[in-house]
Parts: sequence; structure tokens; C-alpha cells
Amino acid sequence: MSSHTNDGHTNDYVPHAPGYVDNEGPKVVTSRFTYEDSFTLERSLATGGYDGLKAALAKSPAEVAQEVKDAVVLGRGGAGFPAGVKWGFMPQIWPRYLVVNGDESEPGTYKDRLLMERDPHQLIEGCMIACYALGLNQCFLYVRGEMPLAHERIATALNEAYAAGYVGKNVMDTDVSIDIVLHWGAGAYIVGEETALIESLEGNRGQPRLKPPYFPAAKGLYYQPTIVNNVETLANLPWLMVNGAEAYKTMGSEASPGTRMLAVSGHVKRPGVYEVEQGVVTFRELFYDDNYCGGIRDDNDLKMFIPGGGSAPWFFEDQLDIPMEGRTVGAAGSMLGSGALVVMDETTDAVKAALRVVRFFARESCGKCTPCREGTSWEEKVLQRILDGHGRPEDIDLLLEIGTNISPGTYPVASFGDAGLDAVPFPPKQTTICPLGPSSVAPITSAIRRFRDEFEAKIDASADGGVAAVDAESEPVVAAAGGH
Amino acid sequence: MTATENAPATTGVPFTLNGVELEAKQGENLLDACDRLGVHIPRFCYHPRMTPVGMCRMCLVEIDTGRGPALQPGCMMTVSPNMVVNTESEATVKAQDGVLELLLINHPLDCPVCDKGGECPLQDNAFAYGPGESRFVEEKRHYEKPIPISDLVFLDRERCILCDRCTRFADEVAGDPLIHFVDRGAQTQVNTFPDHPFSSYFSGNTVQICPVGALTAKPYRFKARPWDLTGVESTAAVDATGARVAIQSSQNRLVRVLGVDSDAVNWGWLSDKERFIHEATDAEDRLTDPLTRDDAGEFVVRRWTDATKIAAEALQGPAERIGVIGGARLPLEAQFLWARLTDELGITSRDAQLGDGLDPAILSGAPRATIDRACTPGGTVVLLGADPKEELPSLFLRLRHAVAEDGVKLIELTPRASSLSSYAKARLYAAPGAAAEVAAAISTDASASVGGVDAQELAKAAELLGADGPVTVLVGRANLAETADLTAAALVALHDVAPDLAVLSGLRRGNIHGAIEMGLVPGSAEGGDGAAGKSTEAMLAAAAAGEIDTLVLLGADPMADVPNRELVESAFAAVATVVSIDTFNTASTARADIVLPAAAWGEVDGTFCNLEGRLSPLSAKVTSPGQARADWIIAAELALATGHDLGVGSLGEVRSAMVETVPSLAGVDFDGLVSDADGPVIGGDRAWSLSAPSVSVPPVDGYGLRLLVDRTLWDEGTMVHHAPSLAHLATTATVSVAPAVLDRLGVQPGDQVTLNHENGSVDLAVAADGRLPDGVARIPFRAAGFDAGTLIGEGPVVDVRLDRASS
Repeated sequence: MSSHTNDGHTNDYVPHAPGYVDNEGPKVVTSRFTYEDSFTLERSLATGGYDGLKAALAKSPAEVAQEVKDAVVLGRGGAGFPAGVKWGFMPQIWPRYLVVNGDESEPGTYKDRLLMERDPHQLIEGCMIACYALGLNQCFLYVRGEMPLAHERIATALNEAYAAGYVGKNVMDTDVSIDIVLHWGAGAYIVGEETALIESLEGNRGQPRLKPPYFPAAKGLYYQPTIVNNVETLANLPWLMVNGAEAYKTMGSEASPGTRMLAVSGHVKRPGVYEVEQGVVTFRELFYDDNYCGGIRDDNDLKMFIPGGGSAPWFFEDQLDIPMEGRTVGAAGSMLGSGALVVMDETTDAVKAALRVVRFFARESCGKCTPCREGTSWEEKVLQRILDGHGRPEDIDLLLEIGTNISPGTYPVASFGDAGLDAVPFPPKQTTICPLGPSSVAPITSAIRRFRDEFEAKIDASADGGVAAVDAESEPVVAAAGGH
Repeated sequence: MTATENAPATTGVPFTLNGVELEAKQGENLLDACDRLGVHIPRFCYHPRMTPVGMCRMCLVEIDTGRGPALQPGCMMTVSPNMVVNTESEATVKAQDGVLELLLINHPLDCPVCDKGGECPLQDNAFAYGPGESRFVEEKRHYEKPIPISDLVFLDRERCILCDRCTRFADEVAGDPLIHFVDRGAQTQVNTFPDHPFSSYFSGNTVQICPVGALTAKPYRFKARPWDLTGVESTAAVDATGARVAIQSSQNRLVRVLGVDSDAVNWGWLSDKERFIHEATDAEDRLTDPLTRDDAGEFVVRRWTDATKIAAEALQGPAERIGVIGGARLPLEAQFLWARLTDELGITSRDAQLGDGLDPAILSGAPRATIDRACTPGGTVVLLGADPKEELPSLFLRLRHAVAEDGVKLIELTPRASSLSSYAKARLYAAPGAAAEVAAAISTDASASVGGVDAQELAKAAELLGADGPVTVLVGRANLAETADLTAAALVALHDVAPDLAVLSGLRRGNIHGAIEMGLVPGSAEGGDGAAGKSTEAMLAAAAAGEIDTLVLLGADPMADVPNRELVESAFAAVATVVSIDTFNTASTARADIVLPAAAWGEVDGTFCNLEGRLSPLSAKVTSPGQARADWIIAAELALATGHDLGVGSLGEVRSAMVETVPSLAGVDFDGLVSDADGPVIGGDRAWSLSAPSVSVPPVDGYGLRLLVDRTLWDEGTMVHHAPSLAHLATTATVSVAPAVLDRLGVQPGDQVTLNHENGSVDLAVAADGRLPDGVARIPFRAAGFDAGTLIGEGPVVDVRLDRASS
């Protein structure tokens, strides 16, 4: 199989390892993942595809919306806000839009990609159900630029669904008409933020809008009411329509019903995406249980793990027995976010790990707000300098200080029992429009709080106290192409 | 200025600002409210005339709207009831300090060599709110610098703090989105797109609003330091909009002009012409001495007393054999004295217009509109004239805002699509000669196309003209190759459809409205006495026929500006004496017998009257070169020398006489004009008294294309020509036609074609212009390389034919 990448080259497609790992437990969104041809309309129909849409169309839109509200389907994009409640914020203004956020790009997250690649019809069906419930007839499906296979499969599936009458005019011979437009992004992390995604969809630079006044539900796409939902959130709807809210709530915890897709990467024996019941399974079970990841690689000790994507403050051994549920994790000083877990064992260099995450945010900063644009790149430069052997003792406090200029006050962080330090609950404050800048502070505060000694060791080993090296470091570099 | 109005809030929104309970206006922006109430919140990206974006984060203040205090950008907040704002809290101060440290880490801190140093918001805010020193020891960001992004503007990307002001201006205000952010994160930079320079008529505004020294303008770069500048408020006199400006000088040279925010006129914006034309005042080839001809016909320098005496002799001939042309360059006071002097001498042939304007009856015979009336939300504007972007660019920005943002409905009744056509609700592109016919066909029942305009557009226009909201017609001279009577006839036809319309004059030349107001129009002050005055064209015709002995040119260059070139040539060849009072050597002064040097813009105090009739100050900032002197003094001296003492020995005395004798100036406080950002409007109440002149337009002849000659902002005009930074921008003459015409001719854009007309033929490069209807050929007036005036004769229209060039 080959496909076109964003820059126009044709490459043989190499699936991003790791992929889906089957496990025992209830399946809501991954039930077709074990089939080779899970992405075809044929397989979808053979396994109950579009039954959910049919069930939804048999009810009134209000009843469908109520079912979603009753089931407490929490948003799976990161914030964990109940979808049914979000839908209720939409004023009675037309036109209004549904925008599907398929710009999954949080470091460590790859669950939505699998949902789009392996079961595009389930997503399309979910979009249709949501559109019907919201009484709108225009949906935009925004797929991340770096996901050519997802884009290709959704495009194919959409063509099939249009031809079969599941999308478009008079859906399944009813008087309901809904269009879905597929949009392929240009490759920017920030476009995963809903207002930046809307800007991008309008054809502008992907930069966030300030909330308020631009809450999408009130002033979204083309300044019309817009619901932005995550791919996984919508993928839950077909099952919910067929099986009902009561059945849905038998899974997971009371506050977080249903299942979640968790993408585990890093130093575990069996990394991959797992569908697990929300709020029931603990981190320890996920990492060590044979039904899931099966332990740390080489049976090493766990050093730290990121519980919810690169933006999340780090967790450690102390937090392993917390059940994976938004509120609990938030109170413990981090977030479950987009369900991406990155596990790092004892061989990991904490400073390097922090730099790796910070560098990502510095590269992906859209450049709109001063603190993020300037602060993230400054953090990156200081960390790199420490690693290069030119650290100064004051750099540790400087790093924390830069952080407070992006995220004022005390940054959320996990408790550190041995040092008698309590957790600071999520979320952080911000001097920026969106949380990208503050996200870069998470690895720094986490690493310094827990592993200050590693920073100090590197700085102590610096021969010159840093400054001399900075002055002699390099010739000025012309950073970008000049004028014309 | 909405931002700094000192009026107390009446039906206010109660809120708490730094512990004090105050009131904001309904829907007032927090930054605006704080400015008004005397609390300063530092900012970089916010500009009261543009959409807030909340980018720089400098205006973060602690705001509590009931959910606890949180840092919010003040520029994005509308004051809501019981909002608690703290601009001095610990968190606010910390955030401001942090933002400044971050803004400065990559800033080059080259203030000692930066033009902005000393008047730099970044510098000021760093002193007031920033950390004392930087903790940044890394390598700073580097870019090639400075890079020219247009002919006039340079960009230093290292100094740039990415506030989005210039890019927002280009997109939102000017409608020329030619600069944009490229790349992202710390590499974000402002730049142009490859091969698309920032060639906007309004580029200089970005330099003025840049909060750092990132954007600099060629005319001012390294010319002065802000602390050496002294300034005074004045009015841009290069066109009739009358944009308010501040003019600044250093060492007795004008070095910079800045826009001043006048609510009624220009909102702080200027065209590059208004901004940079001051270079001409400082030009080396200014006229500096009175000149007369010796026996050999060579110019000799004379003292003022001698030159005045010689000129006075020429003025004392038979009054009916003397003509006075021009006067739009003069301040109102000098216009008044020239009107008085010609009255005293009995000269009735006087005309401030140069055959390229309109019958002054159009302005006196129709209700007059202000810019604000034209821009009233819900109103309708008819463009009956030239493209305002080319002739009245500051007015264009107001109109653009009105039609793009405020829902003003636009009807184009123009020979080609204007710069506002994308916003037009009805597009009536009347072929040259057809404007009156098209206007007369506007009707909701229109069923056939007229003059090349579809019935549908005619019906749409009728509907818009009949809708609620004021109708304003911007009347100007759309086509110099077409008689002005057609414009008058079209206006009368529009009046039949919209009887409540008001006219906003689109006459473009400087202080022309002051000249008309003061009486520099054909005829005598007392009214018709048989010897009704001649217009400029009639004077030239009379001169050519030997009926005029003396022509006085008041800052006029008929050789270049009167459209009919042949007429001017024959007049100059026949007339005995030409007296030219001017600032520069022009084609006309070169043919004059007596040349008197006048003080230029920026060298004299006076008064300007814009196209609304709005008065504003003209201010002296530098001294005149050589013996050049103010026009009012020249007029007063000539009056004395001709035995007609006007009784004025100072500008104050002139003004007193004006207030006493000119009814529309009764009660005007000339000394108060400088402190009045908007200025009084004179001569407002006028009743409709126009009737349509009859014009018969011949059918399109075998030549096949009707000629459109109009102006572009950058031409070979005297002022532009003498401003070094602008002179090279002058449009090169091409003949442009609709792409379909090119196809029929079988030529490519850029090819040479032969343009055949009544009097001969000429080879010109051809260009495609999608804004032109089929059947029209356009040549810009006063363009470099070809004088379109040679094509214009006395007929109501000009027909031409294009052929492929023979070689």
C-alpha cells in the first residue's frame, strides 16, 4: 500500500508502531479492530454498522440528545467534558455546524488515528447521529495532516456511505439530509485546539481564538454556533444508540461511564492501544497486568510516566494505584487528557526527557501569544545548554521562573511522598490564549521537583559555569531565508 | 477620538477599577474605558481603530467577573456589570514584567541606532513595567535585516515583536493583505509573499503604528532623532480629503508627517502620498526668486518690489482681457485675497479648476454631504466619478470601512470597476458617454440593458436608492476624455430616483473647495453684468483667439493639467503675458514671463477647506527657501501695487476681513482650528437647484473603442515628481483594455499596439484590465512616457482604434 504524504512524496506506508492490542473486556469502539477488512462498508454492515444511525433516526433528535446526556459520554479529546451537556450550549441559531476534531497530535496519542484507519464507518455513523441530535446538516471532518491513511480510508468510506444512502440527501430514506465534508489539515499540533482548528478550517493560519468571546458553541466556524467533538467521543454513539444509556453505564465508574481507548507507549513490554473501562482500571494494572502491557521492559523499575499526553505533568511510582479517571487524576496533579500514557523506566535521563517534550511544544507554538512563543523556545535553549555541559546553577530557578511567566502561580504537580510534598491539582493558570504554552511547563516542573539532583549533577559537571560557553558557542546563524 | 473622549458616562456599566467604583459605557472595551478614566494599561497589539486580537499579552490585568480573579487581556474584554479590575495587583505586575522580559529576549536592543528610540512603546513600557535586566544569555534570533518589503518600507524582523498591527492594518483597513505572518513559534515573522511586494498606497501607516522600530519608511530612515523633532498639527493638502496630520521638522527641514486621528475625516490613517509628499517642500529645485524676462527673453532674478511692479502692470490692462487660472494650492486666506483683488480689478475670468473638474454649480446647487453622512450604517453611496482609491485615498479608507464593516450599500456608476467593486451591491459600468443615459434608466421596472449595463443591475440600483437610509453621491470626474456635463446630467437623473440625495464632492485638487467657496469661479462677486467670466477652458480658447492678453497662473500648470493639450499649446503661443505664481518650475512656468515664488505646504500658516466644507489648519513649520513668500502676501502686495489697498497687514487681519465679509465664515474661530480635531463645516445648507445640461453624444464611430483617461495616485504630478522617494512610482503609460479585446486583437499584454485617433497615431504598450468593460480603452493621465492630453479634444467623448503595431 502506498499513499501520498503531505509534502507530496510517495512513500510506502509503514504503520506507526505500536498499534491496537486486543485484550479481554467490554468493547464499545474497537469491536471490529480484529478484522483485516474492518474499514470496509461490507464488514461494517456485516457487524451491525449503521444500526445505531437507524435506531437514532427512529427517535426524535431531542430523545437522541437526551440518551447521550443520560449516558454521560465524556469528551475523549482531553478536557473530559460531557458531550451531552456541551451540545446543550448551542443557541437556537442557524446555520450551525458539527466539526470533528481528528487532528490528534498530542505527543503519545494515537488512538483516534486507529479509529479513523480501522473503522471509518463507525466514525461517520457517529457524526450522523450527532448531527441528527443537534438538528444540523453540515459536518466537517478535520483529519490531521500527518495521517494520510486515515484520510484515505475516511474518503473511501465517505464515498461508500454516500452511495449507500447513509450520508447526504434523505438519509436512509428519511427526510433527514446531512453532508459531511472531509478536510485534510496541513500539519500543526495547535490545530488540535478547537478554536485553532476552526481558524484552519476557514483557511486561515491555525491560531487559537480567545475564549471568551469565541466559545465555539456560540461563535465557532464562520462565527456560527459550532460543536467540536473528538473522534472517539463520536465513535461511542453507534453503540450507545443500539444498546442504550443504561447498558452504557454498566461499564466504567459512576462518574466516568463507558470505556476509553488508552494509548500506551514507552518502556513497557507490550505497548499499544487498549480499550479499557474508565475509572476502574488503575495505572498499575494497565502497566503490569498481563491482560494489558505486561510489565516494564526488561523488568526494570518504573521511573516516571506521563498519564495523559505530553501536556500532562508526570506521575511516578506513588501514583500507580490511582484509578484512571479524569477527576481523580486531576486532583492528583495531572490529567488523563487524551488517554496517552508514556512510560519511562529507570534508564531514562529526566533532563533529556524534559527537553524532548519541551522541544515539541517550542516547535509547535503557533507564535501568537508572547509568553508561549518566546518562553517555550527559551526553555528549550536552557535545557539544551544544560545537557551540552554549559549549565549554570541559577538555570534551575530560571527554568521555573520562565514557567511562571507562561503559567502564573504554582504549577500542577504530583505529590512526592518521600520529600513530604503535596500534589497541586490540575489545571494550570495561563497568561496565554490556549494551553500549549503552559503545557511546556509540565515536564520542567515535574522533572525539577522530582529529579533536581539530576539537573544539579549535570550543572556541577559543567566546566565553565555556562556563560563563557554561551558567548563562544557559535557564529550567529541566519535563522530563516532572507528577503526577496 | 472615541478612545480619549472626556464626556462623562451617562447610562453606564458600573465596575470597579483599582478599588474605585466607576462607570463604563455600554459595550465599552476595557482598555478604552481605562484610557478614558485615566488608568493606563500598557499594550502593544491593541489599536482602537482595529479588531483586538489579544496577541501581545501586555495588557494582562487581573479581572474578576464573579468567578474569582484571573489574568485576562484587557483589550479583549468588554466591561460587564460589576466587573472588578485590578491593574496594579501583584499578579498583574508580575505578568507585565514577565511579558516584557519575554518580548525583550530576542529583541536586539539596538535602541541607540534605532529610529524608534526615544518614542518607542517597547522602550517606554520596558522602563515603566519591565524587569531592569535580562536573564537571557542564549543566542538571539537572527534574520537578514533590514529587508525592503516595498519601495517605501523596510522591515527589521529582529526588532519585530509580532503584534499583528501592520498585518491587521494591511488586511482589515487597507484591504491589501500583502504582508502576513509566515512560519510559526519563535520563527514566526512578518513577511511578504515571494514576488508580491507590499505595494499598498497605505503602507506608511504600518510604520506609524509599529510599536517598535521594525518598520521604517525610506523618507525618514536615519533623518532625525525623536527628541530633536518639533511638530505642529496641520492638514494634508495634497488632495481634497483634508486628512489631519502632524508635521515634524528637524533643523528647519520637514522630515516626517504623521496621521492624526480625526473622527470626522481620516481616523488617523494617511495615504503614502499624504504622508511622504512633504519631501517636495524640501526639494532642491524650488522656485526661490522672482523672475522676469530680459530683452533677450532670458529669465533674470528680480527683487520683489520690481517683480511686483512688473506683474502689477500686466494686471492693470483691460479687465476683460485678463484671466486668472488656478488657486487650489492656496490656503483659504490667500484665495480670499485673490478673489478680492480680482473683484477690485474687475476681472471676472477666474477659475480655480483646470478643465478637469466639474461645474461649481454642482456643489452649490445640491445638498452637501459629509463623510460621516456617506458612512452612516444602513445608508447608500453612489460612486459617480473616479476611483476614490486613486484620487482621494484617505476618503477611500473611510468608504471601505463603511461598505465592508458597517453595511453601507454601494452603487457603482463608473466607467470601470472601482477598488470597492467587490463590496458593490449594484454595478453600473457605463461606457464613456453613457453615464447620464444609464442613470436615467435606473428603475425598478428596467427591462433592457442601457449603455452596457444590464437591466438587472439597473433594477437593483433603483431598489437601493429607494431604500431607507441616507443616499450620498460621491461626484467626481471619472473620465477626462469625456465632458463634465455628462456627470452633471447623470447626477440630475439620480436625483429623479432619489430626491433626498446629498452630494459629497469628489473634486480632488488640494484646497479646491476653499477656492470655490471664496469665489475663485467664473463671474463677478455681484453677479452677471454682461461680461460673465470665463472658465479655464474658455479662457484658453479666448487666449488662443487673441482675446486675452494676460494669464495669471495661481499655482496652476495648465500645460500639464488641462486635459486638452492642443488648446493649451495654442493659448500659450498666442497670449502676450503669463504671470505664474508657483513653488516649482513647471512646464507652464517655463513659458511664463513673470514668475513669482510662493511658499509651499509646511511653510505658511493658513486654513484648508476639505471636500465636505470642513475647515482645518494649515501650519508653518519651516521657513521658505530664498525669497519665496506666502501667497496672501503676494496678493496683498499686488493689490497695493495696482492701487487697491485691501487693508490687510497680517494673517489675523485677513481672517478678520474674511469673517466679516464671507457669510459662510461668520463666527468661525480660526485660532481654534488647531485644537479641534474635527473642525467646523461651512456652507452646509444648500437646496437642490440643478437642471440637466443637454449633451449629445455621437454614436461609437468606426474607431470602435471609447477612451477613458483617468488618474492614478502615482503620476507625473508636480509634487510627486519633486518628492525623491515617490517620483519613481509614477505609472508608466500603457493602454489597457478588457482581456477579450486583447484576444480579438491577437496581442499579448506588454505588446506594442498602435492607437489611432482623430489627430494621428501613437504606439503604446498594451495591458489587460479585467475591471474594464469591453469597448473601452484606458490610458492614465499624466503617466510617464505619454501625455494622454494630446488625445483629448473638444468633443464630448474620444474614440480610438487599436491595431497591432506594424513593426
